[in-house]
Amino acid sequence: MDVSKRQVGDVNILDLKGKITIGSGDVQLRNAVQEVINSGATKVLINMAGVSTIDSSGIGELVSGYTTATNRGAKLKLFNLPSKVTDILTITQLITVFDVFDSEDEAVRSFD
Amino acid sequence: MTEEYRFHLAIGSRFENIELVQVVLRDCLERLGMEEDARQWVDLAVREALANAIKHGNEQNPSKQVHVDFVSEGGELLIRVEDEGTGFDPSHISDPLAPENILRPNGRGIHFMKSFMDGIQYSSGPRGGTTVTLRKKITGSRADFSE
Repeated sequence: MDVSKRQVGDVNILDLKGKITIGSGDVQLRNAVQEVINSGATKVLINMAGVSTIDSSGIGELVSGYTTATNRGAKLKLFNLPSKVTDILTITQLITVFDVFDSEDEAVRSFD
Repeated sequence: MTEEYRFHLAIGSRFENIELVQVVLRDCLERLGMEEDARQWVDLAVREALANAIKHGNEQNPSKQVHVDFVSEGGELLIRVEDEGTGFDPSHISDPLAPENILRPNGRGIHFMKSFMDGIQYSSGPRGGTTVTLRKKITGSRADFSE
């Protein structure tokens, strides 16, 4: 999986591309979230549009990122979820935990 | 008549080998004519079964193997994943949807398999490890040809 980082105002955005599965992408996601939180970011968005596959390990890393952010006083939100990822978050009931947005604009504005 | 498909393979206990099984699985599912949506769910369920076998069953010992069988019969696909571990009691798995577990980073693999497949069964394998059997009805243009 590839992770690229960018900023829109004071919002840090992680663009994910590829698989987030055990042994392939899960650790990259963990490191990317920790890095951005450790840098002092308090508004973090993850762009899920490029995620082709996510398994329970990848979901676990999203949850870890969410709890890490929350424990550090930051907020981590998701946007541009492929339908399969939405289905998985629904099945795991994590759709009620994460703030999820259909577009980047909407997600960025949610921090205002 | 219903087309039958049987395939067996064994992999060393490395996560990267999951991709090898996925290549064979995708070919199997395409041959069976399973619908794209169902194929993606089966793909994910098998990933979970393999990951559990490698991580929990064989404790990532690369000298231990994970055995995988694909069998189609009677309009149903059976996928058996067997590890060489010391066995496993599925009744000890906690509910990942319980409020106290919802933010746990792990423990969702079996829930994935139950959600994505039509059936899941655990048993002791002949090598003393755990066998998980996943079942999925084959629906699609080429699979419903039982007349």
